[in-house]
Amino acid sequence: MGQTMTEKILSRAAGRRVEPGEIAEVAVDLVMTNDITAPLAIKEFKKTGLEQVFDPNKVVFVPDHFVPAKDIKAAEQAKVMREFAVEQGAIYFEVGRAGIEHVVLPENGLTLPGQVIIGGDSHTCTYGAFNAFATGMGSTDIAAAMALGTTWVRVPPTIKFVYNGTLPEGVGGKDLILYTIGQIGVDGALYAVMEFTGEVIDALDMDGRIAMANMAIEAGAKTGIFACDDKTREWLARVTDRPYEPVESDPDAEYLKVIEFDVSNLKPVVALPHLPSNVYPADEVGDMPIHQVVIGSCTNGRISDLREVAKILKGRQVHPNVRCIVIPGSQEVAKQATREGLADIFLEAGAIFSTSTCGPCLGGYMGVLAKGERCVSTTNRNFRGRMGHREAEIILAGPQVAAASAVLGRVASPAALN
Amino acid sequence: MLIRGKVWKFGDDIDTDVIIPARYLVTFEPEELAKHVMEDIDPTFASKVQPGDIIVAGKNFGCGSSREHAPIAIKGAGVAAVVAESYARIFFRNAINIGLPVIDAAEAAREAETGDILEIDTEEGEILNTRTGKTYRAARYDDFIQDIINAGGLMEAVTRRVQERRGEQQPS
Repeated sequence: MGQTMTEKILSRAAGRRVEPGEIAEVAVDLVMTNDITAPLAIKEFKKTGLEQVFDPNKVVFVPDHFVPAKDIKAAEQAKVMREFAVEQGAIYFEVGRAGIEHVVLPENGLTLPGQVIIGGDSHTCTYGAFNAFATGMGSTDIAAAMALGTTWVRVPPTIKFVYNGTLPEGVGGKDLILYTIGQIGVDGALYAVMEFTGEVIDALDMDGRIAMANMAIEAGAKTGIFACDDKTREWLARVTDRPYEPVESDPDAEYLKVIEFDVSNLKPVVALPHLPSNVYPADEVGDMPIHQVVIGSCTNGRISDLREVAKILKGRQVHPNVRCIVIPGSQEVAKQATREGLADIFLEAGAIFSTSTCGPCLGGYMGVLAKGERCVSTTNRNFRGRMGHREAEIILAGPQVAAASAVLGRVASPAALN
Repeated sequence: MLIRGKVWKFGDDIDTDVIIPARYLVTFEPEELAKHVMEDIDPTFASKVQPGDIIVAGKNFGCGSSREHAPIAIKGAGVAAVVAESYARIFFRNAINIGLPVIDAAEAAREAETGDILEIDTEEGEILNTRTGKTYRAARYDDFIQDIINAGGLMEAVTRRVQERRGEQQPS
């Protein structure tokens, strides 16, 4: 019997053939935490009595959630992480030289095909776009992995998603994943891996794939994963010359389910409050006035996302009733957006263009919502209270819908601009 | 372990943002987090819940972020156990790792109501609802997970391993 790519990665990391359902101890290639999850992980790590993490070159710390520090307590947390990272000689990305973890790690060639990556952040599944097995865990699991260099996993079954047809103009990776979650529900892939395949995926660029893998957790999945193809290799060649060993699923691999979609007629979609599965075509939600738009995050804060937004905002103005907040996913994205003139377009349109941070996505700072406010956001969660007051509303969308909504002052797709 | 407590019933897909909103994630102290537990789904919950109470919920409890602050807030409020139809995977791991009993028992969860008293025998995997007199089975933990529970949490198990390794490295 053949194996899926996930089973192959985990078998390699376990040093033996593993099967779905069993618990295996696997070696980890990278362990990551951020300013929210690191302090607790560090405290737990110290309980072991160890002085050194298992391998400082495989342990990464990224301040991104509440930095530049939003208040004294956030500053204290970031400080705990910074001091531990320096003391350990671990990989550390400081404010001004980094950005959002799931944008920064790939940019630095740290997430490679065939690897096992765990992160103290649920969107660690993002790295599945690079053919890695990557999954989020809590601080204590991260502490254990920092100590041992291994972690335990229940080997997940895989659900294969096949996307057939041709993606219409103006419909992207974010629309594909929202549509998928809308079809299967927020626990539609609980404990399983979502393997994304098909001619539409073959044609999709890396940023689109990253946005899809990023939101696998929103369907309850352990991770999402893609094959490694020429697009993956070209992307990686720009950032690293480290060798890697991709994996592919065998033709006779066993899947929990195979789900096929024809997406040739897919329209830009949104997820209405308060679940990412509450998905409708953006132009069919009726008149929904909005107060804020957030463009950025580990889902859609990459340069191609900002290019799409700039295309729409160029020569237009953000609606008078709307605050539009554009946040590049990393310092590199910010630099590139500035070089290409995108930052100017945002500023001229009446949007703000901020430093990189997770800030508003989780109601931290830089765009927290008041009671009764409604926000269109390119982030990944629209749970109650996620971005601020529990009676605020979050509508998830791709960058183009977010930009069009910012201009029109209501939920809308770019088609409504004409 | 025997747990007897009063039920607080919640629905499906209770996410970690409502269990402990991110605005409070500037600390991981249990007492501090407990003040805001379940705040965005029931702002009065933290003032009503009593030590020994039991949270009962539907499908996919704890979905969303990886924040261990969620089970810490629940445990910090004195909640003795969570009984749910199913759990999001990161929350489940986090709860086991920090020693919050998470019981997987779909029928018991569906049929319990706020105010009921549940008696849970975690070793036997048995749950009694004293209002109805009905007993239910809970799913058994894998041996591997039971070992973590028996050790008193993941770090206790890891520390033991680290000490064993050190012992092996000592010259005899």
